[in-house]
Amino acid sequence: MIVDIKDLRKTYKGGFEALKGVSLGIKEGEILALLGPNGAGKTTLISTICGITNPSAGSVSVGGHDVVKDYRAARSMIGLVPQEINLEPFNKVIDVVTYSRGLFGKKANPAKIEEILKQLSLWDKKDARIMMLSGGMKRRVLIAKALSHEPRVLFLDEPTAGVDVELRKDMWEVVAKLKEQGVTIILTTHYIEEAEAIADRVGVINGGELLLVEEKAALMQRLGQKTLQVDLQAPVESVPESLSAYNLEIAEGGNALRYHYDTSGESTGITRLLGEISAAGLQLKDIQTEQSSLEDIFVGLVKEGAA
Amino acid sequence: MNFTAVWAIYYSEMVRFFRTIAQSFISPVISTSLYFVVFGAAIGSRIDQVEGVSYGAFIVPGLIMLSVMTQALSNASFGIYFPKFIGTIYELLSAPVSFFEIVLGFVGAAATKALFIGVVILATASMFVDVPVTHPWAMILFLVLTCVSFSLFGFIIGVWAGNFEQLQLIPLLVVTPLVFLGGSFYSISMLPPIWQKITLFNPVVYLISGFRWSFFGTADVPVGLSLLAIFGFTALCMGIIWWIFKTGWRIRA
Repeated sequence: MIVDIKDLRKTYKGGFEALKGVSLGIKEGEILALLGPNGAGKTTLISTICGITNPSAGSVSVGGHDVVKDYRAARSMIGLVPQEINLEPFNKVIDVVTYSRGLFGKKANPAKIEEILKQLSLWDKKDARIMMLSGGMKRRVLIAKALSHEPRVLFLDEPTAGVDVELRKDMWEVVAKLKEQGVTIILTTHYIEEAEAIADRVGVINGGELLLVEEKAALMQRLGQKTLQVDLQAPVESVPESLSAYNLEIAEGGNALRYHYDTSGESTGITRLLGEISAAGLQLKDIQTEQSSLEDIFVGLVKEGAA
Repeated sequence: MNFTAVWAIYYSEMVRFFRTIAQSFISPVISTSLYFVVFGAAIGSRIDQVEGVSYGAFIVPGLIMLSVMTQALSNASFGIYFPKFIGTIYELLSAPVSFFEIVLGFVGAAATKALFIGVVILATASMFVDVPVTHPWAMILFLVLTCVSFSLFGFIIGVWAGNFEQLQLIPLLVVTPLVFLGGSFYSISMLPPIWQKITLFNPVVYLISGFRWSFFGTADVPVGLSLLAIFGFTALCMGIIWWIFKTGWRIRA
């Protein structure tokens, strides 16, 4: 685990509990997306790992170094791209990026800075002042600053919030390239498509708690789950004996039967089921299917968390 | 020690200074010249000598102190307040640097700028009047310590300030009056007896007196007291900064 978070808690001065005991291990080289609504605690979690806020309890280590006790070693490994565009407006692009490298204690390396700026399509803007850049360009500068000291772990706090579609795609490409280079990436987002497009694992956070962390593939599997609902002419009290193999649920006060199946499976069993329902003497009124999206899973989890 | 980081902070602060080098250079030259026109020519012609020194020369140490103190204060307070204001402080907090290194970078740069301006004023003044420097090493010591201590003080103000008004508040309401009333342009012996006593509560008196002693060899208060005052003030500011960083006051939630 390159990042190891143990029972991390953060209570702000006013008494607001932003993190309620988060534990999470992040594997080297993976892309982890932290999904959650506004105010879920995503930024607090990142800020606490990166040293912007002090933890109230619990511990975080990065590359085996405690972020409080051994902050120099830990922070040297971390690059942070904040959510807000925080840049000195009057400075030149190349200067602010070079500054970041120095601040992290790395020897000046103009060739590396050039490489990073080129990778982010900022090279031809290197002498432009920050205030002359568009919003998307400024965001790239923030990424360039975070990469300037060659971090092994990169935190991206809502990297594509308020960014146009094209830039978002570019950003995803940059993230993919960094992953190839072995950089571990943690990004927060409230766009489910974003997590789906680039993450290896997805964590869902709400109300200061980590509700779930799962391989994206496993989440996608859940995504493949569909539900068939058969509305009946007359209500039933129980599922007929002959249909017991299908694990049916009775819904809508006996007026409907629900059947869960997997579209990725070889056979869904729908044809047989419908045949056996009529063989059991039940009259069909209507049938409908619904697919659980990541959005549903997400909303469901968030609601559970709130309840 | 992360010297690379200290240098990065120092350098980037100095870049801002050099970006406006013309202003940084010209404004003290002009203001010093104006002081000489007003105090030196208009008033000075009526005051013959102060403690055996021509009035024009007498005001030079005070003039330098006035500018150095206000410049150190405003540069250092702005230097740390600006990242707080525009949000770039996140990077300082997430970088592998200790607070000591952050202070060294910001305060070092602010003190350098103040020192530069002090030297420019001294050079400008030398063109108007003959300024003897009796104790050059003491002069340098007082000048550097004043630059450093007021930069430390400015750093504290910058950390404390929640908006631009507060940033101006202490320099304008506290420091400037204390400097003007601290004997920049007069000797304490020129005051009525009761004010001679009251003025001793003004810490700036000790700084200006000691600095003036290094030029002319005469002082309002014993030079040992002046040294004690400047070291004491520096230590006090360092103590407060140490506390700020220990608690993360107004910086780290």
